[in-house]
Amino acid sequence: MLFCLGIVGFLIKRNLITMFMSIELMLNAVNLSFVTFAHQWHEVKGQIFVFFVMMVAAAEAAVGLAIIIAVFRARATLAVDRIDLMKL
Amino acid sequence: MHLILFIVFAVLCLTGAINLLLQTHPINSALSLIVVMTSLAVLYLLLGAEFLAAAQVIVYAGAIMVLFTFVVMLLNAGREERTLGSRAARTVGFPAVVAILAVIATTILRVQGLGTAGMQDHITSTADLSAVLFTKLLLPFEVTSVLILIAILGSVALARHGDGERPDSN
Repeated sequence: MLFCLGIVGFLIKRNLITMFMSIELMLNAVNLSFVTFAHQWHEVKGQIFVFFVMMVAAAEAAVGLAIIIAVFRARATLAVDRIDLMKL
Repeated sequence: MHLILFIVFAVLCLTGAINLLLQTHPINSALSLIVVMTSLAVLYLLLGAEFLAAAQVIVYAGAIMVLFTFVVMLLNAGREERTLGSRAARTVGFPAVVAILAVIATTILRVQGLGTAGMQDHITSTADLSAVLFTKLLLPFEVTSVLILIAILGSVALARHGDGERPDSN
């Protein structure tokens, strides 16, 4: 079916906040496959798992964006190529 | 009718995802990600997951994307500079992507009876979903609330840390 979406999600290895967005895209692709198979096999647990994935994704987005803001404050850039030192 | 809706929104979803990659400006990528999320919500609805469709619109298209656009605006992120990327990403990454794609495709094609089930023949109502969620899976549900609390505290701590450091460095 349209699991090409997952592939598109994997393909996105580019610098910037775009990387973070592609992580969200991958999570969505996995969610879609969960819902599809839950529908296929008439299971409720697949959808409940998607619910948990959504909650974890929300938490992860909040923390990740906070980290991005902290890195931007320290480095004043968002390009991944420039952020190549662990020391802030 | 369902098939037409499915095809339309699947194509919309994929074009949104491809557009996300092709755009150089982060705000355009965020907007196309919203398109992807909303069309995914319609796909969930077609697959009989009505609660998840609502949750998708509220959580992803609402909360997470507002957070994204907020950060993009806050950081005043400009146009992305074109770089070729590291050599490791090109030599290892793209073959790995092709390999993963092949594995996923073969696994899915091997599953019998895919695509034979009609759309909308089995709707999972919110009552069914919550009956399982609040009886069998109550403990994971409560643990997730603790996780979200920890995430909020962590993000506040990260933001405050950067704020407190600035007077020292100046």
